[in-house]
Amino acid sequence: MARRIFSLMIKEFLAILRDKKSRVVVFVPPIIQVLVFGYAATFDLKNVPYAIYNEDSSGVSRQLEAGFKGSPHFQEVRRIGSNGEIAPLIDRKGALLVIHIGPQFSRDLTAERPAVVQVIVDGRNSNTALLALNYVRTVITAFNDTYVSDSGRAGPPARLETRAWFNPNLESRWFIVPGIVGLLLLVVTILVTALSVAREREQGTFDQLLVTPFRPAEILIGKALPGFIIGIGEATVIILIAVFWFRVPLNGSPATLYAGIVLYLFSTVAVGLMISSLSVTQQQGLLGAFLFVVPAVILSGFTTPIANMPHLIQQITYLNPMRYFMVIIRGVFLEGTPASALLGQFWPLAVIGLFNMALAGWMFRRRLY
Amino acid sequence: MSGNLAGKTAKTGGGMRLKGLIRKEFLQVLRDPSSIAIAFLMPLLLLLLFGYGVSLDAENVPVALVAEQPNADTSSFVGAFRQSRYFSPVVMPGMREAVEALDSRRIDAIVHMRQDFSRRMRSADGAPVQVIVNGMDANNARLVQGYVEGVWATWLRGEALAAGRQLDIPVQVDERVWFNSELKSRNFIVPGLIAIIMTLIGALLTAMIMAREWERGTMEALMVTPVTIREVIVGKLVPYYILGMGGMTLSVAMAVGLFGVPLKGSIGVLFLTSSLFLLAALGMGLLISVIARNQFVAGQAAIIATFLPAFILSGFLFDISSMPAPVQVITHAVAARYFIEILQTLFLAGNVWPVIVPNAAALLLMAAFFLGVARKKSRKRLD
Repeated sequence: MARRIFSLMIKEFLAILRDKKSRVVVFVPPIIQVLVFGYAATFDLKNVPYAIYNEDSSGVSRQLEAGFKGSPHFQEVRRIGSNGEIAPLIDRKGALLVIHIGPQFSRDLTAERPAVVQVIVDGRNSNTALLALNYVRTVITAFNDTYVSDSGRAGPPARLETRAWFNPNLESRWFIVPGIVGLLLLVVTILVTALSVAREREQGTFDQLLVTPFRPAEILIGKALPGFIIGIGEATVIILIAVFWFRVPLNGSPATLYAGIVLYLFSTVAVGLMISSLSVTQQQGLLGAFLFVVPAVILSGFTTPIANMPHLIQQITYLNPMRYFMVIIRGVFLEGTPASALLGQFWPLAVIGLFNMALAGWMFRRRLY
Repeated sequence: MSGNLAGKTAKTGGGMRLKGLIRKEFLQVLRDPSSIAIAFLMPLLLLLLFGYGVSLDAENVPVALVAEQPNADTSSFVGAFRQSRYFSPVVMPGMREAVEALDSRRIDAIVHMRQDFSRRMRSADGAPVQVIVNGMDANNARLVQGYVEGVWATWLRGEALAAGRQLDIPVQVDERVWFNSELKSRNFIVPGLIAIIMTLIGALLTAMIMAREWERGTMEALMVTPVTIREVIVGKLVPYYILGMGGMTLSVAMAVGLFGVPLKGSIGVLFLTSSLFLLAALGMGLLISVIARNQFVAGQAAIIATFLPAFILSGFLFDISSMPAPVQVITHAVAARYFIEILQTLFLAGNVWPVIVPNAAALLLMAAFFLGVARKKSRKRLD
């Protein structure tokens, strides 16, 4: 039996990798993508373009300006001299924010009245706007702290000392790069497997395969193995890039990580084969792959937290293998979560894999046309 | 106006052939439900799922409040958290429970008031409040941090007001958010989603369907007839363009009607820029199918070259100007990037020409490039 499966597997490998374009398309893009996306996919803002409108040219207001100039998050692009310049500048995206220091600023400060700095921000991308405002607040808070201690004024009765655990510098790359491993593995394995049965159905060779002495289970395993092996290989390369290129700390054990990867690939390959066994043409297979991959990526917690989704959609995400893998890979990388604490993520992957494998095997025989 | 008779007949012949081709393509589209599914079912399904599912607004963030010595001061601080719609606070008696809850991800943050909170509140340098956030998801951590600061500022203001004194913060920030004053992330995510969905539709329709024709050899069959390459391409584009614009109309109607995203710009500009984008997307699909000539490669290329870049490199979620310079250069090759800028501006800000014109020009350039190269590549193969 093992020999028969082996020969089937070789045949599948040949079908995928026989022509040069297919080889290129399976192996090259994931490597390029992890490099490009690893740099691109970050929520950390750098060089936020801002304009200063300072109507109070005192030393104190210059000191406040210096706080922005010295921050790596901000980049001064314009100084403006009138209210009328604000709207056109923001409208055409000339600056994300305008910092407006009024003429009363230093007088209010010396009189110990609250001095107000107006900040106008482009809210077209509300997440960027929120983050930029947070950075503004940080600069202002730092200014306030120095001002209070320099002037000997009484400070506020309570102050916040904030610390972030597991990721002290709040680098979103640490969170996103492990996620990219899950994203690329999903795309590669689904595409490799989703067309495997459909291609043979379209060309009519699947009927021939079914009348050979191969049992459906053997056909199933033979079709699953290439996607699985390609997935393991690509996972290894991508993880090496994450650790040695992007320097994401791998705090947990590689064995736990690979246990998660094996189960994840088992489930995605199974879903791919299920889609393929349902499809009569390659076009249907590909459409099915798209209709699975796109929602699976967006509803996985990869970029937007599942906790922010409405209840009903949160329930739907339990069917999504990528959801579990996100918890596994981020836990193992950043928190060093042991395997025992991840069992709740492991078993759903196994169940999704087994269910879809069984369904695919069953469909092999039922759906001939 | 010499009215060359021969030229005229040739023209009419071309027109007839083109009409015939378009008719053939339409029949093909109508008989094959998958292209109609791509154009209408996909936007409906994806927009419903994502419009509701994708949100960056954290609400009811679970946070542990630890007061080592509960008294009137700490309970007024706790009260401020209770009133915020961003938090659902749990009061915990000690740090041990709180840290355990943070480790097991039952809570996202801890706010810790030490034993001497009340005493130090009355001292010159004020009481320190320890705030610990789970930094794993850095974006979420920053948002939670911002919300905590907001609650803190509101509480300080209340305390000062109650004591009848000036607030002791020298400089205060007065924030004005334009175009989206409530900072609803749905308002920028839904227009972005439309661009991503249209990218998928454009690429899938042409890449898949054309690759099948190459694979089956019907394309070569078509080419030995008197029709020209240009006629074949135009004949393919017209029905898919109409299908794609149908999908676009459906998406915009859902964005405005269902998700309540304001549409400040004019429909005419939206229609024109969408047409440009769709032509670029269809052209890219066409080019993929001409180069790949087999459905497996075309499908792989379509997902790799369209969905993933449109999702990550377009500015949909990740800010382009914060990316490293070489990556920023790459984003210029992603058509969705220009369309998302146009859509976010058209929906939320209005017809701002300095944003729309350069981005529309970029789309026009990309459409011309893809269609031109696709045409050239097809001709080459015929020789």
